Amino acid sequence: MQAALLRAARQVSGLSIQSIYEAYPDCVIDVKAEQAALAEAEVLVLQHPFYWYSCPSLLKEWIDSVFEFGWAYAGGTALKGKYWMQAISAGGPAEAYRREGYNHFTIEELLRPFEQTAYLCGMIPLKPFLIQGARAQTEGSLLERAGEYALLLERLKEGRFPERHSSL
Amino acid sequence: MNTHGLLGRVVVYLSAAVVAVPVSAFLGLGSVIGYLAAGMAIGPHGLGLISSVEDVMHFAEFGVVLLLFLIGLELNPRKLWQLRGPILGTGGLQVALTTAILAVALRGTGLSWNMAWLASMGFSLSSTAIALQLLRERNLMPTPAGQTSFSVLLFQDLAVIPMLAVVPFLGSAEASAGGDAPWISALKSVGAILAVVVVGRFLVRPVFRVIARTRLREMFTAFSLFLVVAIAALMQAVGLSMALGAFLAGVLLADSEYRHELEVDIEPFKGLLLGLFFISVGMSVNFDVLLARPLEIAGAVGAAVLLKAAVLLGVGRWTGLKGRECVVFGLALSQVGEFAFVLFGLGGQLGVFDAGTQAFLVLTVALSMLTTPFLFMADQKWIAPRFNRKGPTGIVPGSAASEPVQTKDGAVIIAGYGRFGQVVGRILHSRGVPTVFLDHDPNQIDLLRKFGQPAYYGDVRRLDLLHSAGAERARLLVLSVDDMETVFETARLVREHFPKLPMVARARGRVDAYRLVNLGIPVVRETFHSGLRAAELVLKELGLGAYEARRLVARFGAHDESRMRAAAALADDEKALISLAHEGRMELEKLMKGDEEQGRAATDDGWG
Repeated sequence: MQAALLRAARQVSGLSIQSIYEAYPDCVIDVKAEQAALAEAEVLVLQHPFYWYSCPSLLKEWIDSVFEFGWAYAGGTALKGKYWMQAISAGGPAEAYRREGYNHFTIEELLRPFEQTAYLCGMIPLKPFLIQGARAQTEGSLLERAGEYALLLERLKEGRFPERHSSL
Repeated sequence: MNTHGLLGRVVVYLSAAVVAVPVSAFLGLGSVIGYLAAGMAIGPHGLGLISSVEDVMHFAEFGVVLLLFLIGLELNPRKLWQLRGPILGTGGLQVALTTAILAVALRGTGLSWNMAWLASMGFSLSSTAIALQLLRERNLMPTPAGQTSFSVLLFQDLAVIPMLAVVPFLGSAEASAGGDAPWISALKSVGAILAVVVVGRFLVRPVFRVIARTRLREMFTAFSLFLVVAIAALMQAVGLSMALGAFLAGVLLADSEYRHELEVDIEPFKGLLLGLFFISVGMSVNFDVLLARPLEIAGAVGAAVLLKAAVLLGVGRWTGLKGRECVVFGLALSQVGEFAFVLFGLGGQLGVFDAGTQAFLVLTVALSMLTTPFLFMADQKWIAPRFNRKGPTGIVPGSAASEPVQTKDGAVIIAGYGRFGQVVGRILHSRGVPTVFLDHDPNQIDLLRKFGQPAYYGDVRRLDLLHSAGAERARLLVLSVDDMETVFETARLVREHFPKLPMVARARGRVDAYRLVNLGIPVVRETFHSGLRAAELVLKELGLGAYEARRLVARFGAHDESRMRAAAALADDEKALISLAHEGRMELEKLMKGDEEQGRAATDDGWG
């Protein structure tokens, strides 16, 4: 699933793609290099599977160490005005993410810590790209979703942003 | 020039070969024709630089012996047993049919029955040397045609033994060969073969191990040669075929860890002696006889080759060879072989033939050998294209399952099985990745083989060892030999000859690492990583948390790796290296303090 999305993203030219589990298998992140890459960017897309209603641990570690005190917040403005977006694949079907469903909360609700992270850094959160029911995808539908993802990235590159996301 | 002294003759042979063979290869004729032409030029009937053909031929027959030893090395007993059908069935049918048809035909031309039988027996045999050389040069050995040819040739080599035994009965003179009763000589033969089996199975490997331990390469070569020569001598003493004995010895050693090293050692001797053999065939072409009876000779050669090819095609079809496979098989064995010289020589001695007939027959045999390379060329020019168009019946060289080297496709070759290579090997093994070990320490190889791992003794710097370990088809080569010069040499060799084979290398220290980095090879510094682990332990002892200690060490490791890469580019510039080192130290200090001064630590990361 994630591999298919990554392949789709690699088809889009002009993106800066960092696969953190490949770059930092021993979990020690090169903070300076990551900050330099962020400084160049206009949009940050965090592409990850939805693990226990959050991101995988290394991505959390990446945020923890790269979004430094005094650089990203608390006087730091390095990320101010940049766009924040998440591309998420979740195993459960869309019906599960509501009060009556077994996950009880909507994806938007569950993503609130991320939303707030963006706010604190002065970033503008965009509506997430969601693939729900990831386990039930067929090869064909997967390819279709990957195509949609590539199209979205293409649009982001051209400055055509999807609607802003806010659960406030 | 005095061409009677040994040195003089050697100069003549080598210079003729060095001139004629490359020219022949360049013209696309293959090496065999080159050697034959060289022989004709320097022989008693050509320029007359060499006068005694017989001695040389006798000596050069040893090339065939070595060839069969090498073939044996590629066939372990199990594979040989699998081939028993083709050997006995196809081989037997070919020899029986050719002999019978030719005998009747020759009787028709007015030869006596005895002469006809002996001549046709000789003519039924093909030349192992020529056929295998041609098939190998064209990489056709692994194809069905190659395998069938090989089986038939093997049967023929066996068949020589009873044929030689029959000659005395065909002679008019009373049998003058040996005084032994038949059962005694049979007993001797069985004894000799048993001796070879016992020695090959139980004695040779321990001796090789002792010799390998001395690390004296030339002793290994000497013993390899001694082994083959001794077996050949034993076989000759009891009246068996030397080539057959050598083949048997080869088969017995096919499973041993020294196989590749043996191949590598014997190969050049085989090549040269086989060349000498072809030269001597060329020298034996008697132009006087040819000029005296040109039409008869041409007719005899043509008829012999044609008849042999016809029988072979029929037999090939009968065994199930299809289309072009069958043509290749027919052409490869269409000449008359070197054993015919031996048979006819004996026939002459024992009075089966008169001198004139013998000369005529020997010339026919020699000329028939000359035809094969040309037939192969003709095949490639006119016959092969027809089959290629049809596709599936064409031969794909080197595609058969019976490839001699056991390396599976996609194996990882580990050169150097020390404590280092061991770890790599064990992890690969646990993942089910096939591995092949190469090492120059016989003890290690011994140990590995006890655990059923493919492992070979030898010097990894030898191209031929890499070839036989399957470097063309391997997925990766791990260079973990102790000696760094060996690592560099092997790396360069691999880059040159197997450009697609990726490598991972172990470096002893920093300077070694520079050189490997500059060769573009992923490198692991041997002591670096254990040093890192030690530092981590020390930091923990000093009171740092395990996670923090691991992070600091990992950070240092990543920093040092990148500095090392930067330094590698400047490895020859001392000044630049010094300033780089200085810069690196400053950067490192900043880096190692980094976590504490800024970021999480500065605002209280919540763990303190």
